[in-house]
Amino acid sequence: MKKAPLLVFLILLSVVALVPFVWTVSTALKDDQEVFAFPPRWIPETIQWGNFQKAWTALPFTQWVLNTLVITIACTIGQMLTGSLVAYGFSRFKFKGRDTLFGIVIATMMLPGQVTMIPVFMIWRELRAIDTYWPLILPAFFGGGAFNIFLIRQFFLSIPNELDEAAMIDGASYLRVWWQILLPLSAPVLATVGVLSFIGHWDDFNGPLIYLNSPEKYTVSIGLRMFQDSYGSETNLLMAASLIHILPTIVLFFFAQRYFMRGIQLSGLGGR
Amino acid sequence: MKKHHPGRWGFVFILPWLIGFLLFTAGPMIASLVLSFTRYDLNTIHFIGTKNYERILFDEPLFWKSLQVTVTYAFFSVPLGIAGSLGLALMLNQKVAGERLFRTLFYLPSLVPSVASALLWSWIFNADNGLLNYTLGLFGWGGVEWLADEKYTLGAFVVMSLWGIGGGRMIIFLAGLQGISESYYEAARLDGASAWRQFRNVTLPLLSPVMFFNLILGVIGAFQVFTQAYIMTAGGPNNATLFYALSIFRNAFEYFKLGKASALAWVLFLILLAITGIQFWASRRWVHYEGEAKS
Repeated sequence: MKKAPLLVFLILLSVVALVPFVWTVSTALKDDQEVFAFPPRWIPETIQWGNFQKAWTALPFTQWVLNTLVITIACTIGQMLTGSLVAYGFSRFKFKGRDTLFGIVIATMMLPGQVTMIPVFMIWRELRAIDTYWPLILPAFFGGGAFNIFLIRQFFLSIPNELDEAAMIDGASYLRVWWQILLPLSAPVLATVGVLSFIGHWDDFNGPLIYLNSPEKYTVSIGLRMFQDSYGSETNLLMAASLIHILPTIVLFFFAQRYFMRGIQLSGLGGR
Repeated sequence: MKKHHPGRWGFVFILPWLIGFLLFTAGPMIASLVLSFTRYDLNTIHFIGTKNYERILFDEPLFWKSLQVTVTYAFFSVPLGIAGSLGLALMLNQKVAGERLFRTLFYLPSLVPSVASALLWSWIFNADNGLLNYTLGLFGWGGVEWLADEKYTLGAFVVMSLWGIGGGRMIIFLAGLQGISESYYEAARLDGASAWRQFRNVTLPLLSPVMFFNLILGVIGAFQVFTQAYIMTAGGPNNATLFYALSIFRNAFEYFKLGKASALAWVLFLILLAITGIQFWASRRWVHYEGEAKS
């Protein structure tokens, strides 16, 4: 019967984990005075739904959300497509130097981005691509990131080779095997890579900060930073704007949750 | 079987990665090393030998400050974070009711984008109206200038990082725990091992590869903290949160000292290489790989 205290403790911890969310929502729904009321009230006296509209229209959030969606969706597609293609090459074929190259893939996970940041910036500057989305999107189409390659490869290795071979005896090409046999069987890992990729790019701050200059091209993350500069003292609006940034990732997570948790667990087993 | 899988095709399929690696990783790394021996401001470039490195090491208090800030942060946030994640995973592995619900709730904080997270924590840490000081006030403490008093700022950053202990790392620990065969525990119990000894002698060794993986990536992650410092404190007060990555960013994109910033980046790379190397070396003493792979 030691379960009961444990359960109480877990509930307590969940409350601690959730309090910052509740506090943010509560602040976002207060009027200017009540934000600074002491002691703080958790439930606002009159709920100010209008704060969301105020925050949304004070700066061009509609534009920023659309911009971010374009970048994020493009990158997610790029990472899932090329990541699984590369994982296919690493998991199903034997070629000279394969294991060395895969070792390099893993090693790049440990490489701090700062080491390549400046020359990569110079390349895009030479190509006159500063203040465009190319530097943010195009790299996602070159293999989709080391961790994703690793994750998908692990999953492909768990799919029996016989399936590929049967399809190839029927005359399927390699690309067809990848597209019609492996990908449909890999829903959990693809969902994981997709969600992680979406969240990662939706969240990205450093990239847009370096590459985007015109406010109309901003993403939500640097737009929010601009909001902080202009309306930082209006805490309720700032929290409302932050929630705009948070909400899509949480919604996506709830839709993909079942697959997603399984995918992450598989990645952990890979770490063993 | 081999004739069905001529290697050439494998090479073709990994080409996207290989080209990307040469273009965006290997090439730039070499370029960055070359740049680190120059003075470069996006217009003119001069070769100045090892001057950047000499200046950083012997003539730049901010370098040592940023290193101290980052190492201190890593020293506290990484072990605490790993212990927290492992603790949560151990509790969730006890087959309590509602395990899935708890797992989801604990995961939520790591879904919050870093800018939004930085903004909402700034509000929690607010000295006059913040939630933290209010809560501490109920116990008679409080009144701490979390983000304005250099004694506390780094501590505030560590606290904030612990909000994420239920994220991917915890899920990975949980998967690791669930992969440990019950027969080990049965055998240990037959030998009369206490719960603590079972943890110490069965769970920990079998979990050590996962722990090692998390430790390596945790340290590297701690050395790259940027967004929170940029948004919440701009490196202040009095450089108390001048994280290393922030210092590189400023030198590169605010002061346009791209040569010096490249040198800083290479110093970071070498430091991380050394730390990771030491961890790999030390891991032989405490990481146990099982002969049999679980799947």
